[in-house]
This record gives sequence, C-alpha cells and structure tokens, in this order.
Amino acid sequence: MKTETPNERRRFLLSMARGIGLSAMGALVWSAYVGEVKAAPLVLRPPGALEEAEFIKNCIKCGLCVEACPYDTLMLARPGDNLPMGTPYFTPRSIPCYMCTDIPCVPVCPSGALNEPSVSSYMKNKAVLDINKARMGLAVVDESSCIAVWGIQCDACYRACPLLGEAITIEHSKNDRTGKHAFLKPVVHPDQCTGCGLCEHACVTEIAAIHVLPRALAMGKVGDHYIKGWDKGDEKRLEGASIEVTKTKISEKSALDSLNDEGGL
Amino acid sequence: MSLDRREFLKSAAAASAATAIGMAVPAKVEAAAAQGQAGWRWDKAACRFCGTGCGIMMATKDDRIVAVKGDPLAPVNRGLNCIKGYFNAKIMYGADRLTQPLLRMNDKGQFDKQGKFKPISWQRAFDEMEIHIKSALKEKGPTGIAMFSSGQQTAMEGHAALKLMKAGFRTNNIDPNARLCMASAVTGFMNVFGADEPSGCYEDIELAETIVAFGSNMAEMHPILWSRVSDRKLSNPDKVQVVVLSTYKHRTMDLADVEIIFKPNTDLAIWNYIAREIVYNHPEAMDKEFLDKNIVFATGPVDIGYGLREDINHPKYGKKELDTAAKQKSKVLTADEGVSLGYLGYKEGDTLEMKNSGDANKHWKITFEEFKKGLAPYTLDYVANVSKGDLDESLADYKAKLQKMADLYIEKKRKCLTFWTMGFNQHTRGTWVNEQAYMVHFLLGKQAKPGNGAFSLTGQPSACGTAREVGTFSHRLPADMVVMNPAHRKMAEGIWTIPEGTINPKAGSHFTQIHRDLEDGKVKFAWVSVCNPYQDTGNAEHWIKAARTMDNFIVTSDGYPGISAKVSDLILPSAMMYEKWGAYGNAERRTQHWRQQVTPMGDAMSDTWQFVELSKRFTINEVWGAQKIPGLEGGLPDVMDKAKAMGYKENTTLYEVLFANNRAKAFKWPDPVGKGYQNSEVAGDKRNVIGSDGKVFKGYGFFIQKYLWEEYRKFGDGHGHDYADFDTYHRVRGLKWPVVDGKETFWRYNAKYDPYAKKANNGAFAFYGHAFKDIPTGNLQGVTNSAKVNLDNKAKIFFRPYMEPTEVPDKNYDIWLCTGRVLEHWHSGTMTMRVPELYRAVPEALCYMHPADAEKRGVKRGEMVWVESRRGKVKAHVETRGRNRPPKGLVFVPWFDEKVFINKVCLDHTCPISKQIDHKKCAVKIYKA
Repeated sequence: MKTETPNERRRFLLSMARGIGLSAMGALVWSAYVGEVKAAPLVLRPPGALEEAEFIKNCIKCGLCVEACPYDTLMLARPGDNLPMGTPYFTPRSIPCYMCTDIPCVPVCPSGALNEPSVSSYMKNKAVLDINKARMGLAVVDESSCIAVWGIQCDACYRACPLLGEAITIEHSKNDRTGKHAFLKPVVHPDQCTGCGLCEHACVTEIAAIHVLPRALAMGKVGDHYIKGWDKGDEKRLEGASIEVTKTKISEKSALDSLNDEGGL
Repeated sequence: MSLDRREFLKSAAAASAATAIGMAVPAKVEAAAAQGQAGWRWDKAACRFCGTGCGIMMATKDDRIVAVKGDPLAPVNRGLNCIKGYFNAKIMYGADRLTQPLLRMNDKGQFDKQGKFKPISWQRAFDEMEIHIKSALKEKGPTGIAMFSSGQQTAMEGHAALKLMKAGFRTNNIDPNARLCMASAVTGFMNVFGADEPSGCYEDIELAETIVAFGSNMAEMHPILWSRVSDRKLSNPDKVQVVVLSTYKHRTMDLADVEIIFKPNTDLAIWNYIAREIVYNHPEAMDKEFLDKNIVFATGPVDIGYGLREDINHPKYGKKELDTAAKQKSKVLTADEGVSLGYLGYKEGDTLEMKNSGDANKHWKITFEEFKKGLAPYTLDYVANVSKGDLDESLADYKAKLQKMADLYIEKKRKCLTFWTMGFNQHTRGTWVNEQAYMVHFLLGKQAKPGNGAFSLTGQPSACGTAREVGTFSHRLPADMVVMNPAHRKMAEGIWTIPEGTINPKAGSHFTQIHRDLEDGKVKFAWVSVCNPYQDTGNAEHWIKAARTMDNFIVTSDGYPGISAKVSDLILPSAMMYEKWGAYGNAERRTQHWRQQVTPMGDAMSDTWQFVELSKRFTINEVWGAQKIPGLEGGLPDVMDKAKAMGYKENTTLYEVLFANNRAKAFKWPDPVGKGYQNSEVAGDKRNVIGSDGKVFKGYGFFIQKYLWEEYRKFGDGHGHDYADFDTYHRVRGLKWPVVDGKETFWRYNAKYDPYAKKANNGAFAFYGHAFKDIPTGNLQGVTNSAKVNLDNKAKIFFRPYMEPTEVPDKNYDIWLCTGRVLEHWHSGTMTMRVPELYRAVPEALCYMHPADAEKRGVKRGEMVWVESRRGKVKAHVETRGRNRPPKGLVFVPWFDEKVFINKVCLDHTCPISKQIDHKKCAVKIYKA
C-alpha cells in the first residue's frame, strides 16, 4: 500500500473540501450538513480571524491560508467535521499553531477574514506582523486533572509555551500535604495567551488537562462600572464606559405607577 | 502471591489501625493488605530516572505493572513525582522492546559484521561471545576486552560485572557512563575529603538560607528537589535567597533572586573572586579555628592538557580536528590567562607546554599565605570582565550581582547550600571547579553542618549506589578502594576468595578511552550494559566508525533498540528495572532496594544473569595464567598454583568461583523476604526461557542478588561505608550510609552526627577519608620538599586558577555549543521517547538560540539549521523563545534525541584529572539547512 505523506494527504483533503464548497459531490446529501454552515462557536480559527460570525461572512473558503501553513496545522472543514464547510480551523491536540513570526497564513487571505492589522504591531509607523497579538483562543486548565495541581513536578505546558513566563507563569505555593515540597502550578494569563495550543499539545495527561477554547467561550467580562483600585491600567476600560439605565423586576414599572399600585399592600 | 485468610485479616487490620493513628505501615504489610483488597498488588520501589532517588509504589496485576504512585512514606518525595516518574508504569512496555538475542549474520547463518540482525538463541549468543572474548584475550590479553557499565545498573549487577571483569578476566577495562556524569565530582571529593560522596543530605534544603544552583538546572533535572528548594524559598521569601548561575537562562532562574549568566569555563574565576572577597576583604568571615584544625591548603600543576589524545596527529583525526587536537600539547595563552597564570611567570602570548598531562592530579601542600597570593588577581574588575556572559548586560549590573552573591555566602551565620550537576562535572577543569566549591564553603566553615555545604547533585539513579560505591570504574574497587593499592587488592581478593595477585594493579581504560582503544584496535571485544555509549559520548562519529568498520565485536544488552544496539554485532534483550531484584543509591547516600515485580518481557533476562551465564563459559586456567598487560612490567602473574592451593581445580569455572560458590549457596531460596514475589534468576519463571546451554533455565537455586549484596557490603563494613543487611532495606524507605548500629548518617565528618567522625576523636570534625592524604610540600610554583606529610582527618582547600577551555569560538566556528537535558526525557531517550505522552510533549531536540543570532544567520524560529563543528554536523529546528534562552553567542541543544545526534558535534575533551568529557562547551557554526 502506498503511504501518503501528511502533505499529500492534506492536499487531497484540501481539494476535496474545496470541491464541496463549490459544487455538490455526486450523491452527497446536503441536508445532513446544513447545520454546519452556521458559525461554530467551538472551533479555533487561524491567527487574525475576525470574530466568528464576521469570519464566516467573509471567509471565501479558498484554502490559501491552509496551503500557506508550514506545519500542516490548518485544515479546511469537511463534511462531517461539524463545522462550516471549507473554512479553516485547527485542532491543537493534533497539531498546534507554532506561531510563525512571519504568520504566512494571514497575508495570503484575499477577503480580510484573516485581518492583518489585528496581528500587526507598529514600529516607526510601519506595520510589522506580530504573532503575539494573535488571539485564536484561550488556554484553560482543568485543575481536577492537572497533575501539576496535584503536586507532580510537570509543567510541560509551561515549558511548551512560546510565551513562557508571560502567557503561562508558574505559581509557587507550599504543599502542606508533604510539608517540604512546593506546588508549581501553571497559570494562564488571558491578556498574553494567543491560543496557539502548544500547551494542549504538550500536556501529558490522557485527555489534555489544559485545552484551548475560543475566547468568547472561555472568558467572562467584568462591567465597566468597577475599576480595580490596585491596577492603574484597568482605568482604560472607562474609555468605552456608557451610562446605563438599570432595570430589575422591581423597577419594571415607573415610580409613579408603582406608587399608585396598592394591590400588594 | 497467595495470602491465606488469617494473614489477610491480620494485615488488613494492622493497616487500618496504623492509618488511623498516622503510623508508617511497613511496606510488606501494606502491600499485602492492598493485594488482598483489590486484586492488584502494591510494592515499593525506587524511581527509574534521576539521582534524586524518589520512592514509588508500583501496582501489578496479571503480571503487568499497571500503575505507579509516589510513595507517601518516602522521605525524599513524600508521595510526589516528576513528569518522568509519573510514567514509570509505562517505560517497560514500548512496542519495540527487545525480546530475543539478535546477531548480525549472513545468509548462511554465520556471524557477519556486515550482515543484518537476525534472532538467535541465548545459547548461540553466548557461543558467539565466548568465541570473540577468547580470541580477543588470546590476541591482546586482558586489556583486549572491555565493558561499558552504568550508573543505572543495580548495585548487585554492578558487583557481578566488577567481579567478572576484575576478578575473572583480570581486566580493569570496565567503566561506567557515570564517567560522563559524575567523575569530576568524584575526583573533587577524593582530592578534598579523601572519600567519595556528599557530606550532607537533602535535609540541608529545609535549613539553608542561601541556596545556590551553579551549573545546575535543577528545575528540570532534579524537579522534586527543586520543589523542596521552592518550598524553602516560600517559607521565608526575604531571608532565603536563591542564586542561579549558568551560561544561559533556564527554568531554574524562575525563582532566582540573583541570576548570573557567565561565559563558559569562567566559573573558575567566579569562585576565586568569592574566595578573594573572603580572604582579602572579609577575613573575619573565615572560621579560623575550623581552618587551623581541619584544613590544609594545596595546589597542583596547570599544564595538564585537555584530556585529548596524546598523539596530536593521530591518524584517525580528521584534518579539521587537528588545530583543537594540538592543544593537548601546548596552547598560546590569552590576555585573561596571562593574568590568571601570571603567578607561574606566564604572560599573554606565551606558549604553555602541557608537560603534566600524564600526571594531572599531582598536588602538594602550600601555606595559607601562598593560597592568598594565588587569589590576588581575582578582583571584581578582572573577574567581571572575564566572566560576564551576556553581552547585553551592563558591566555595572553584572558586578553588583557578583558582589551580592559573595555577600550571600559571606554573611555570618547565614547557612549556605551550593548545588551543581553537569555544569561543573562536564568541564575541562571539572575537578578544579568541584574543589573550588568546597574551597569557599570551607573558608567560611560552612561545610558538613546542617544546612551548610557544597552538595554535588548526582545525575543518574545509581551513579552513587553502583558506579561509585560498588566501584565499576576502571581504577576502582568497592568502598572507595582502588586497584593500584596493594592493600585494597588484597582485601578484595580475600572477600572474593580469589588468589592473591589475581587483580590487575594497572588501572584500565576509562569510558572515552575504551572508545579510543576500539578505534586503535587495542580493544577487540566490548560489552555495553545499561548505557548507550554510542549516543552519549562526544565526537561520536569516530566511535561509531570504529565499531562498525573495524575488526571487533560489540555486544549491547538493552531493553530497546537505541543507537548502541544499532552499531553492535550482538544484541542481548535485557530485563528492565522492575523485572528484576535490585538496589539503587541516590545523591544523598540513600540506598533503596526493590523486588522483582513482574516477569521480564519476551526472552529478556537480567544483565546479572547474562554476566553469570557468560562466566560458565570460562575455566580459571584460561584466564588466571600469566598475562601480558601493556605498560605493566612483568605482566600479571600466573595464580593457578595459588588457586589450586585454595581448592580450585584447573577446570573450575568462573561461575563456580565468582557466583555459585559455597558462600552464595548459603543464601537459600525461597526466602521470607521474597514471599509472594518471583525471582527469575533464582527460580526461573513461567516463560521457561531456553538458557545458555540450550535447556530450560530453571534458576540458580540460591538467592544470588542477596548474596551479591551481602558480599559487597563486606567491603565497606567498618570502613565508613557501612550498609544495612539485605532484608532491612525491604522494610524501610532507604537508608543513608554509613548505617552504623542500624542508624543512618545525616551529616558525614561531623562528630555530632557521624559515628566515624566521633570515633576519630579529632574534635568537632574529622575528614577521615584516606585518599591522597600523603602529599609533598611546596609553593604556588611547585614542590619544594618532596617528603610527604600526612593529612589524616584533614580536608584540603585547593587553589586553582582560571583557564580557558579547549575550544573557544573563532571566526570559522563562531558560537558556543552547550548540551544538556530536558525534564521530559531521560538521557538518550530510549525509554522516555517510547512513552507517547512524553514523546508528544517533546518530540525532538531543538537548537535554542538568541533571536539576534538567528537573525544574523538569516534563520527564523522553526526553521532548520545545521549545527556544525570541526567534528560533525546535525540538523535541528531553531527555537528562539521557550524554556532555554541563551545569550548572544551561545546555542543549547539537548542530547536525548537520536535524530538530532548532537554528540557527533561535541568534542571528546575531558577534565585531565577525572577523564570526564566536557559536553558543555565547544565551538560550532550555525547556518540555514
């Protein structure tokens, strides 16, 4: 039997996915995949991808980003992948994003679905690609299965992190169970994590205890009405602050209507 | 495995009662209880990997190891493990385990060096070994055969190998991979203390206030100890100060209060700066009383070469190698060396002729005043200029750090602990830099006291317990004894019951020398046991070529097909760690035993069994007649008459003398300590392996591992190397030797804690080791009075100058190469690269380099480069961020990955005293592949 190289296999899948994107394939029953056409909240997109709904609108499923990826990280969604067909995505546990400094997948995007300015920094008014600005997802640790949280000296994720010491740091704390060892616990910093997934790829547990989720799913958001008193930079959030009229069940009616309603007394 | 109901109830009740009151449950009871309850059996063992010596518990079910846990009762790790220890249960079950002997053969079934490996019987394997050993002995005598042994052999295995080689074949050509790992630590210990291995123990960590990791990436290489250091730091973050020194930034610096990046080899200068600070600027910090009573000062020659071949135009050298090779004979001194060697009358540009390369370890007593004079040049200015390793760091900042480090040592009453590993040991002046660590600690009186000490961390799980304590080195015998000493030989001959005069008095070839001897055709037969010498030795192209193209026979005993197996002629499938009874000794002198947990895979048998089976093929009259030994006048005597007088016959086999003698047979099997456990060597096993005689191997019938242990421990008993008896180790979680009156020793040489120091009646301390305790007197320049003075119970402080390493980057090879390890993989990766999770975590070795160096060479992170030296080249992917961050001018490439065979690039230069290769520095060039 002929063995294919990963590259050959990818090329085949790529053309197949493209084919599906452009025409219907013989007996393929389209209706089975209709659900996949919508945005997929769980999927990880290439660096610089627009917010998911916008990305889907803009991505023309050309596959150029996939072809540009030197690590075979990016794949085009195929029928059965449960993803909008023909769109690029990656699965870090299989192949993470290796965070190329020249981000070959982004500039080739003809539609702007991969937005170059979002992964660029400005040096002397000149835009320079900066992969550190990518926000493909966010690594989340399941502490119940993280062996470093147990006290095992692991931290494979930390050492695999290209932004080691920034996106993942180690939190040292005393291990009172043994009385003489320390826990060295990995902590992910959302403001630095690009979602490349090298951590998830490296994790040594059977199912990764650290995994990358789309940021929209992984992260909460704090209201602008409270600013951290201990963090000067936090004031920045005030820039977008708006005055909001608050309404709860108790304030649904106008004050006058409430006052004039004596039913509850 | 049967456990009757009454015993079960008893042990279950005992276990639950003990748990309720928090009492330690003896392993045996606990294991038995667990077995009864769950259908799997728990038993204690030691971790397979590093020298830390963590205790583990192994669960076996249906004759397979199914799980492992950190042993909560183990004092070292208290139930924890590192990422490698976490996978102990998986290491023996790789899909490509070697399961049968394999021989290179032609189509006719004959041995053929150019043939392909084909399976053969054990009997055929021993036939081939017998043929090739006999022919090598006939042609070359005892020095024509050699064994690469290991700091990962069990103590019993090491003892069996030592007996076979030194007592049986009368060759001292046995040397462990520990030569590449701990030899400089050993020579440091021997020169300074007169005895090997640390004075302190891990309890020092919880007591120390300054903790220095100098040439040690503990966070990755000794993770459990590092978590203890981390805990210590957390317990008092302001008081406890952590100083980390390295030639590149690594993970141990995460916790550092002071982080120092120094230029390769300049650790020699940094130590002298600290010593100078003490002696010149803080004399009050010196413990005068301690120094007067316990210390002598000493120094030695500097013109000792770099451990390369003495023949600098050796025909096997490639053309490109010659300029480096020439340094063995002479070198032109640099400006920095002009200053540091000024005390010998040298200046910059002078040629230093290496006149003492053959006698590198001679040394003599000097006065304190002379010692002080030697330190004079090591001012802060000089040392900062010589040693600053990061071009981007300001000199002022760097100086401040050196000063802070000196202060953290010097501060009165501050307890100081210094750790090091390969940074010091793999060093062209490894012995010196080890001695220098003790120099500073001794000057301050901060050695051999709780919380105080320079502490050599061991790389391998039994570099201490086997290679060093059993003495599987080319010059050693057990318990710090050496073959060169007639009294030591006599004692060994007595314990081994072999004729006086049997043991060869001439030290054999060290690890790298065995490779060179093979290349020179002097060694014709080599046996590789529990190591991977064809991957782990620098300048590997030479050794591989010698193995594959020359007329010799290489045998590798291994669990997996690593590089050494691949270049061999015969491969023997070995039982791996938990498939045999064994014992390891860790870095703090803790000896830990374990039982055979499972039946070996396939037809694999233990290395002990392989040594013993081979011994059946030799009668004493084949090896104990007169023998020629190159360089030994008169050769070895014929000891057959003496042998006969001892009751041996002409055709008595080595098996009968060394292994199946009456002393051995007194150790009966079954033995209560082995109840419920198997012993494949002693009783055979369910596989009915067809043995070396073509018949089913039914076992020796006596408890051979217990015999090997009990005979071995006689060497150290009453000599400061006392061990407990075999059975005791199966009840406890290891003991730190010397074990005297059933008690372990925490701090050696300190009369408060060490019964031997107390017995010496020398006050608070007695450095009672016997090695190198009679030396002449002189000054910094040389010996002035050759009459030897005796230094009983004293330790030495050496003055050693700064010198540059063999090879320094130049315009052709413009960047330093440093090699080392990663946490996820063990040594050459034969085990850990077969654990899928570890493989996925770190599938390949990367070339870590500074982003500016990459840019300069037009390579981007993730691209492939050639790393090329005068000796060879390999391809690797570039990493400019990540766990290791070299300064400009240095790259780091780990050596675990056989696909990135970095030892082809490394140089085989050694510390001329320890003969340990310096894998930490050579010059390379990097270019896009």
